[in-house]
Amino acid sequence: MSEAAGPRGRVPLGTTPSQTVGPFLSIVLPWSDGPDIAAPGIPGRTTITGRLMDGAGEPVPDGVVEVWQADPDGRFDHPDDPRGAQVRAGFRGFGRSATDEDGTFVFHTLKPGALPAGDGRTEAPHLDLSVLARGLLHRLVTRMYFPDEEVANAADPVLSGLDPDDRRLLTATARPDGTLRFDIRLQGANETPFFEV
Amino acid sequence: MTDVEPRTPAGPGPGSAGYRPDDPGTHPSLSFAGYRSTARRHPTRPRHRLPQRLTEITGPLFGAERVGPGEDDLTHHHGGEATGQRIVVHGRLLDSGGRAVPNALLEVWQANAAGRYRHLRDQWPAPLDPHFAGRGRTATDTEGRYRFTTIKPGAYPWKNHHNAWRPAHIHVSVFGRAFTQRLVTQLYFPDDPLFFQDPIFNSVPDGKARARLICRYDHGATTDHWALGFRFDIVLRGRDQTPFESGPDDE
Repeated sequence: MSEAAGPRGRVPLGTTPSQTVGPFLSIVLPWSDGPDIAAPGIPGRTTITGRLMDGAGEPVPDGVVEVWQADPDGRFDHPDDPRGAQVRAGFRGFGRSATDEDGTFVFHTLKPGALPAGDGRTEAPHLDLSVLARGLLHRLVTRMYFPDEEVANAADPVLSGLDPDDRRLLTATARPDGTLRFDIRLQGANETPFFEV
Repeated sequence: MTDVEPRTPAGPGPGSAGYRPDDPGTHPSLSFAGYRSTARRHPTRPRHRLPQRLTEITGPLFGAERVGPGEDDLTHHHGGEATGQRIVVHGRLLDSGGRAVPNALLEVWQANAAGRYRHLRDQWPAPLDPHFAGRGRTATDTEGRYRFTTIKPGAYPWKNHHNAWRPAHIHVSVFGRAFTQRLVTQLYFPDDPLFFQDPIFNSVPDGKARARLICRYDHGATTDHWALGFRFDIVLRGRDQTPFESGPDDE
């Protein structure tokens, strides 16, 4: 591998291949504050839980799910957002949850705002999710949308291009206690739609 | 792969071009029959294309603030020194345009010198080392350079096929600066005789890409009477080049 990359316009460097996280990712990847996309005590904090399941309907107990999302204003604390970086106290935008024996993962967050899609359209509030596990040689990417955003979801440039089953599978369901449920099925009946990003 | 809509400008406007795709053959297929655990865990439906918009061109910017004292040295744990061959692993985190990814978190985990992980589910009866936890963190500097000290992991058997042994490897997790760049990989060591029968290593279709998973011995990083040095550069997807982009390359 060449240390000195050529100037722009030359052949790009080859990227490093993905490999599975294997069965022992919990040695380092879980963080004590991993599920806290929004810190404890932040007003409006809601909980999202779900189960990661395999093609036999069995729980995946050795996976990790990660979230990246905008804040409630639809902003990111990131310099590549052309609208500028916006810091929100107690809000990280990122969460990581290792699955437990039951395949369950959990996040505590603030509902993101809608986002400009760059072409005059608007993206509905959503979470980007990465799924990593033994048996996955490459991360899987999916999105979670919100059940109380029917109008925005219908206009979302990604969701509106999918068939009704896929739209349903990418939309969380509200529980009576106010938390949201979003299951991820790697294979088989009701397989979660995944994305190439 | 199924396109869910016609190709649209990747980003929300000028200067925010998306990240270029990896070359074909770089990443494993999710349904690689040789690796049995993929059987029930790989999606069977084609993936949809997700255009890179704001959520995809941004991402968490974790760096040294997530690294605790001493976490870049795996050779000390519980008041004692780990058994095994001490090594220094260093390199650069770059994008495919050759630009450094500065101030970026790396998380690593590995088996001990005997090939045993400190994990409840690792039942391989090789000895645990009370002074080796097998987990570390470090961050790249302003020029994308990183370094950590550890012991060389051992090979270990697994049940994937008869007489299956994993080549020595260190798991490495990086975020880069965008959701699109997220990567978890495994670092292997030169000339490992176990490569030929390892389905995880061989799941990478392109031989040149597989070679990028192997660190190289670096005598310049080897310290006399202390540790062997190995170099492992990690290359993440870089930005598409667009006429909107300006400014000199920061390399």
